[in-house]
Amino acid sequence: MHGYIIRRVLYSIVSLILLSMMIFCMVRITGDPAVLMAEPGAKEEDLQAIRREFGLDKPIVVQYVFFVKSMLRGDFGKSIYYRIPALDLYVQRLPASLLLASVAMILSLLIGIPVGIFSAVRINTWFDNFGKIFAILGLSLPSFWVGLMLILTLSVYLNWLPSSGADGWKHLVMPAFSLGWVFTAAHMRLTRSAMLEVLGSEYIKLARIKGLSERLVIAKHAFKNAVIPVLTLAGINLVLMVNVAVVVETVFAWPGVGRLLYEGISFRDFPIVQTTVLMGGVMFVGVNLVVDILYAYIDPRIRYGN
Amino acid sequence: METSQAVATSETFAAQSFELTRWKKILSTLQRAPIFPLLILAALVCTAVSADFIAPHNPEVGNLRYRYRPPVWQDRGTWEYILGTDHMGRDILSRLIFGSRISLIVGITAVVFAGVVGTTLGILSGFLGGWVDQVIMRLTDAWLALPAITFAILLAVLVQPSKWNIVIILGIVYWTRYARVVRGEVLSLKERDYVRLATVAGCSQARIMWTHILPNVANSTVVIATLQLGVSIIAEATLSFLGVGVAPPEPAWGLMLAEGKSGLMAGYWWLSVFPGLCIMLVVLSANLLGDWFRVWSDPQSSQLSPVVVE
Repeated sequence: MHGYIIRRVLYSIVSLILLSMMIFCMVRITGDPAVLMAEPGAKEEDLQAIRREFGLDKPIVVQYVFFVKSMLRGDFGKSIYYRIPALDLYVQRLPASLLLASVAMILSLLIGIPVGIFSAVRINTWFDNFGKIFAILGLSLPSFWVGLMLILTLSVYLNWLPSSGADGWKHLVMPAFSLGWVFTAAHMRLTRSAMLEVLGSEYIKLARIKGLSERLVIAKHAFKNAVIPVLTLAGINLVLMVNVAVVVETVFAWPGVGRLLYEGISFRDFPIVQTTVLMGGVMFVGVNLVVDILYAYIDPRIRYGN
Repeated sequence: METSQAVATSETFAAQSFELTRWKKILSTLQRAPIFPLLILAALVCTAVSADFIAPHNPEVGNLRYRYRPPVWQDRGTWEYILGTDHMGRDILSRLIFGSRISLIVGITAVVFAGVVGTTLGILSGFLGGWVDQVIMRLTDAWLALPAITFAILLAVLVQPSKWNIVIILGIVYWTRYARVVRGEVLSLKERDYVRLATVAGCSQARIMWTHILPNVANSTVVIATLQLGVSIIAEATLSFLGVGVAPPEPAWGLMLAEGKSGLMAGYWWLSVFPGLCIMLVVLSANLLGDWFRVWSDPQSSQLSPVVVE
């Protein structure tokens, strides 16, 4: 077990190092990093000053060491537009993103799991077909378009919900739904297939032979095992939500990290873009690591298998 | 002599009947193929190819006297602009028609690019093993450390917005999905007897990979590619919507949604509804076709669909 954990931690660190190298190289391949760090239209002597400040005049290896060192210190550079450290901005915006992602996640689990289970129990009925259509639509609609259509109907025509901003639950409904639909679809499909697999297993047959009522078989024996993969995926998806929310947050002017990334893009504020992306990567690697270790803890086949 | 001729004829006969059954098989498969997605995709291809002839107006030049015209069935709508006009008086229908070309070109080339890179690396990784495998797998791990869309946004910010840059970016971002699956399949394929026989017969490694491994992973590659077509089209629309994708004034659907967003509160619904419907139809068709194709190529796993978000 310890060996497995150490190996997984090492892999995660390698992933992060490769990620940092990738971003480092991409920035240098595609242009002059000093131009990215400076305001648009900066003078040559300003660029020189930035090169000195960030060590961009040194050899490439020294630059990389410098880059990693400042990352480890939590120094991701200063936002050009807001003139405060980019990491501070990120931390300020993170709670709003987490709130939105949590609500969307709860919504997606509350819809996805029950519908997935009933679809599996009543396979190939109208209910199952309805679930399939709901899922494939969720996977086929761009979330920002769902958001725009919600604004059009619920804000512009019906005037029920506010179209942008963030105070109170009313502001949460539409963004959470547009962000959550695709994840609802994913959780629904996964629950359905896990449930189908469980329902075909021997111990369910045994439970039925014992004479348990169908309701008890489903609710007590099948449900628990079918829901494990979904909850595991939900952990990773929560972090994924924070990161893919950029379009939804843009549509609804929700003040999270996605909106911050959009501001970074539209103001050509590269430190913000770099910080948001890197932090997203760090969170993603971290959650994957935790999930893998938890999985190995639960399932001995994994920790001895490799 | 006679016998060898007889063998030869029976062989050709067998080959012919094999050809026949193969054609029959393809035909019967096509008969069971899902009609709706194929029709939509066929219509998309026709529109994209003949855009120059069927579009009623120039998609990039508007008439400022006819700004924000609604579709023909509403008040102020005219037959001249069937689906209305945008903030610059450009015809929505013509922009949608030319937009299909962008979506299709970007979607297909990005999928092919990612597929070729991913399949090549997946085969190399699985077949050669050793340090090649280690390097390629650690690379895919690092790639998967970033959510795909965030990765694409980062790259798109670094380069100039253009169609071809988006193709390259989507190729760079999505190759890992092919590499992982293909590698897994190659690992089991290379233990098969026919691969060993080929080795014994003195085939070079390159030849084995090309003639014996590649055809056998082609099925999975095509399934992933079909499902990835929808993903790529949504990704392109997302990047264009955020202003780092296709550059204006080109009529990309995502860009039209971004431009239409400001008109939404004023009730100019046609700016946002039509491009989104187009994206939905195309992506839905690609997904349905991909799902069907997956079940067709591997009936056993039909219930255990992989769940990929983004």
